[in-house]
Amino acid sequence: MNMHPAELPTAPTATTCPYCGVGCGVLAQPDRLGGATIAGDPEHPSNFGRLCSKGSALGETLSLEDRLLHPEIDGARTTWEAALDQVADGFRRTLETHGPGAIAIYLSGQLLTEDYYAANKLFKGFLGSANVDTNSRLCMSSSVAGHKRAFGTDTVPGVYRDLETADLLVFVGSNAAWCHPVLYQRMLAARASRGAKLVVIDPRGTATAEEADLHLPIRGGTDSALFSGLLATLADNGHVDGGYVAAHTQGFDAAIAQARAIAPDIATTAEICGLDVADVDAFFDLFGRTKRVVTLYSQGVNQAAQGTDKVGAIINCHLATGRIGREGMGPFSLTGQPNAMGGREVGGLANQLAAHMDFDVESIEKVRRFWNAPRMARAPGLKAVEMFDAIGRGEIKALWVMGTNPAASLPRADAVREALRALDLFVVSENVASNDTLGAGARIRLPAAAWGEKDGTVTNSERRISRQRPFLAPPGQTRPDWWAIAQVAKRLGFGEAFDWRTPGEVFREHAALSAFENNGTRDFDIGALSELDTRDYDRMKPIQWPARQGSVRTETRFFAKGGYFTPNRRARFVAVAPLARPAREPAFPLSLNTGRIRDHWHTMTRTGKSQRLSSHIAEPFVEIHPDDAAKANVVDGAFARVTSAHGAAVLRVRVEPGQRRGALFAPIHWTAETSSNGRVGALVHSVTDPFSGQPDAKATPAAIAPVAFALQGFALARGRIGASSCAWWAKATVPGGAGLLFADDAPPDLAELLPDIAAGDEIVDYIDAGRGVLRIAAFRDGALEACLFVGPGRHESAWTFLRAKLGERLTDGQLRSLLLAGRATDGAASGPLVCACHGVPKGVIAGAIEGGACDAAAVGAATKAGTNCGSCLPEIRRMIASARALAPA
Amino acid sequence: MDRERLVVVGNGMAGLRLLEELKAACPGRYAVTVIGAEPEPAYNRVLLSSLLAGEASDEDLAFRDRAWYAANGYRLLTGAPVQSIDAAARKATLKDGRVFAYDRLVLATGSEAIRLPLPGSHLSQVLVFRDRCDAMRLKALGGPGTRAVVIGGGLLGLEAAYGLVQIGCAVTVVHLMDKLMERQLDAKGAATLRRALEAKGVAFALGAESKGVVGVAKVEGLELGSGEILPADMIVMACGVRPNGALGRAAGLAANRGLLVDDAMRTSDERIFALGECAEHRGVVYGLVAPAYEQAKTLARALAGEPAAYAGSLLSTNLKVSGVSVFSAGAIEAEDGDETVTLSDAAQGCYRKLIVRDDRLKGAILVGEASDALWYLDLIASGAPLGPLRDDLAFGRGFAMAA
Repeated sequence: MNMHPAELPTAPTATTCPYCGVGCGVLAQPDRLGGATIAGDPEHPSNFGRLCSKGSALGETLSLEDRLLHPEIDGARTTWEAALDQVADGFRRTLETHGPGAIAIYLSGQLLTEDYYAANKLFKGFLGSANVDTNSRLCMSSSVAGHKRAFGTDTVPGVYRDLETADLLVFVGSNAAWCHPVLYQRMLAARASRGAKLVVIDPRGTATAEEADLHLPIRGGTDSALFSGLLATLADNGHVDGGYVAAHTQGFDAAIAQARAIAPDIATTAEICGLDVADVDAFFDLFGRTKRVVTLYSQGVNQAAQGTDKVGAIINCHLATGRIGREGMGPFSLTGQPNAMGGREVGGLANQLAAHMDFDVESIEKVRRFWNAPRMARAPGLKAVEMFDAIGRGEIKALWVMGTNPAASLPRADAVREALRALDLFVVSENVASNDTLGAGARIRLPAAAWGEKDGTVTNSERRISRQRPFLAPPGQTRPDWWAIAQVAKRLGFGEAFDWRTPGEVFREHAALSAFENNGTRDFDIGALSELDTRDYDRMKPIQWPARQGSVRTETRFFAKGGYFTPNRRARFVAVAPLARPAREPAFPLSLNTGRIRDHWHTMTRTGKSQRLSSHIAEPFVEIHPDDAAKANVVDGAFARVTSAHGAAVLRVRVEPGQRRGALFAPIHWTAETSSNGRVGALVHSVTDPFSGQPDAKATPAAIAPVAFALQGFALARGRIGASSCAWWAKATVPGGAGLLFADDAPPDLAELLPDIAAGDEIVDYIDAGRGVLRIAAFRDGALEACLFVGPGRHESAWTFLRAKLGERLTDGQLRSLLLAGRATDGAASGPLVCACHGVPKGVIAGAIEGGACDAAAVGAATKAGTNCGSCLPEIRRMIASARALAPA
Repeated sequence: MDRERLVVVGNGMAGLRLLEELKAACPGRYAVTVIGAEPEPAYNRVLLSSLLAGEASDEDLAFRDRAWYAANGYRLLTGAPVQSIDAAARKATLKDGRVFAYDRLVLATGSEAIRLPLPGSHLSQVLVFRDRCDAMRLKALGGPGTRAVVIGGGLLGLEAAYGLVQIGCAVTVVHLMDKLMERQLDAKGAATLRRALEAKGVAFALGAESKGVVGVAKVEGLELGSGEILPADMIVMACGVRPNGALGRAAGLAANRGLLVDDAMRTSDERIFALGECAEHRGVVYGLVAPAYEQAKTLARALAGEPAAYAGSLLSTNLKVSGVSVFSAGAIEAEDGDETVTLSDAAQGCYRKLIVRDDRLKGAILVGEASDALWYLDLIASGAPLGPLRDDLAFGRGFAMAA
């Protein structure tokens, strides 16, 4: 069995989930087979024992299949020594020949704080290059910039408890129901107990929007106008907290003047934002008269050409009302990645130096002294998009990518992929043996330890540092990333400064830097953790910063009484820029929004291994409003080619009334590894926010046109599924095997698709040549080994039915050929999985509703669906509502 | 007034069914005499191979006991072959000399097995397989260690072969054609059936002509056209039956392969009727029980004086051939413009083929599993448009109707 070497039995290990920024505690119990059983940690203050569908399925993601287990150079296995020598040599030579501007490292919000710290220190202090950026740039750098603009530092003022004690929760560009499910369920529970209102501001009718008291389906990109209108209205209606504004802020007059210029009243606001006046009025009224307001925001705010202004416009409203840093109040950035916050604390971004210090002379000197660094970077480096542009221009010649997949995830991903090929030195540290970035010519491949093997810390959205602890032995020759950095540093002659033996030593140094000559001038101070010994570090409980040395602080919120980290300790109101009207592009009349789906994560290198997580939505798709669909002649369930000036993708069409007219939505998860034409990153334009450099992934001008295939189908196999030469395909993990959905004009080659079918396998086939239908099932030792469906239409329910049948033995008297009907004998199609946690398909839930379950709780009692993470509850409620609508009055 | 006298010659499955139908249509209307050549009242001939195989008992084969005949006023004579019929005098004379006058006569004499005129076919180990006596003879000769050759790869031959395998014989079926049951099955269906039977221990020599029986005092083998000799201790000729129309012909009734009947099952003599395998209706002699039953129903109504017309039966076979379900109805091979749907599981011995034309089912072949046979037969017979049934047709009634 291709699994981790079996570990000796241990007690459950308390660690932290590697997915979103909620940072849930996980108890992992090695199962003696190299895997682990996973449970929520009841004592972790992020989740109190709950896990979402993704977290619950972590045990399904631990196999060693597709893992990179040995260092490789030019495709050949090599030793760490040889690989590290080449890495060090490559960077040294590039530095000597071209200077520090020619080297770069591109990091990931999935890395641990210790990894970040090592990389940041090496590049900024010892190689003289601030070309240290991270995929967090794509995720929340506008929040960082917004925080720094308003507060002087990148400070999240509030804590999770505020989300439960607020009376009004405003979600802006956040589908928390899918993307931060555990936190969202905490909010829903609080809402149920104390009646908080939920307002969702999102162009899409998301699962979060469906549950809201008020949904404002805003025109994409106009959030700063909405919050300008709100600021103006708050001022008009006397909701400004004059005392707070006078005592702790600056720039109010300019900001309110600008807000009035942009959106003077409710009607204008509604007009600009494409909203109903009544809805805007209701929202402004609610916000005005509710003291305890938390405004939560996420990628819908951050990933925008004016993302930083959006953050500013939101913060303005909280500053003006003094609702910040107090119980149940404040702006709240929900981070997407498990350790985006840790990376920010380290300063692992090109426009930060280290430990919440910038590239001012004083800070550079301070850090130089702390590190005893020979070659400090003295100016900000290139942010992600600029960095890869510089690679494309040949200015950056040596790149180290660590734990991320820029060839799939960056804007203009096709161009990025091409640019990477021209590098002199291209090093990738990875868990997986194959991805779009490795495939773009990474010569040196370093096998990184993965979640469950790594040891270190992460920080969640509320500034809480938690340990990620190992519970599996590192397989093969995998090593932690901080170790690889330190080894290269040693080879470059910096052995003394990188002489850590454990991650705890790295962490202590990081903590010490945060406190170094701080004296309350910087928000980030975890000096109290700088003297942890190894045992303390191992046992460290989740801890929220600030954690200053010698001070016992119970209040971990910021700014209730001012104390901002600007030179005059006052918060800065921001006069946001007027909305720039995007230039009309006749060839690309629609606007492409990108994002996530409930059960997948990033480029699926982890979630893609889970059959449960792959069952909710199995293929890349595009959502479109019915009117736009009719206009473009695209049909629900058929295919469409979505194009932009930068690339194209062929996606399954979902006609969705909740989609805004003129806007398309496509998920970001599919790559060249998992699909033929699903690289949505290739379409995204590289327009960036002027302050944060974060790319606008929510509004790429795009066009859509129908694509027809004569045949569609799927293949399932317990063994391999061969590389498909089909015109269109998408891979999905299924229980006990692999699956492939495909479409083409000609039938696929059976031997190519299912290379493991052996001569002794028993073949059952169904052929309806007149209708172009071919279905094949192969049995081995009486169990379903593989199957193939080809036909003119879609095979949604057959896929769902058969994906669960691989390896199944039929009982006596069953006619196995009837499996090729593609559904159960009684004709009931089970449908796609709705509840991934408990594996409950749509058909079972429909049955429960038919059987009298009249609300989600009753469905849960009958089927268990929705009783774990709750992220499927919106879908269940929708099913109940539509069943009710159909029922005779 | 005396009741009209009705004499039924033949107490097979068709004859008995007529009695049942008469009982329903016009009880007591006729004074009925039933004259059977076999020693026992009508039994289920379809189960003869099961009887041979030891899978069915005499009781399983029985339909009605003698008391039933008596209770319903039917006078039953068994072991009483009829010698001749005098149509003009309206009399039937038995071989034992008894004479029965009739007002109406029904011939239900069935068919007889064809014995190939091969050299050596007179040997006593050369048998046919038609009635209960034949089954008993086969059972007496066969047994573990006995080598049997069955000539004929049709329904009857396969039945005999299976029965003989079951009692321990080493059986080879010799068939002139290159596929089994060629009138009911297509090539793939026949191959599926063959594999299923091979799995049960039957050997085959297909495309093989039988040239002569080898042996002087007793059977030693069968020589094939190729010159090959299949060693054998017994030979069963099961290469077909012919309508048993001799009595009728001798009585001057119009005949072709069988006795010609009209839609009321009446022969060229208005007082004489025929049904079952001895009758030829609209050019067709049916060799199966289902059409005989339909004919019996028609004839009973005609004899009851009601308007009745038999329009012919859809040719279908729905039998368990040698422990393997086989069903065949309508077209066997697709013609231009037909669409074919197949579902096959060679290893499990299951095969389905459906021929569709203009959205109507035109033919169906089921091998290995045939529980939905009558549903397919209905679809063919009714000619109803398939519509949404089409896509699930091959998966049977349960799937198609649930769709």
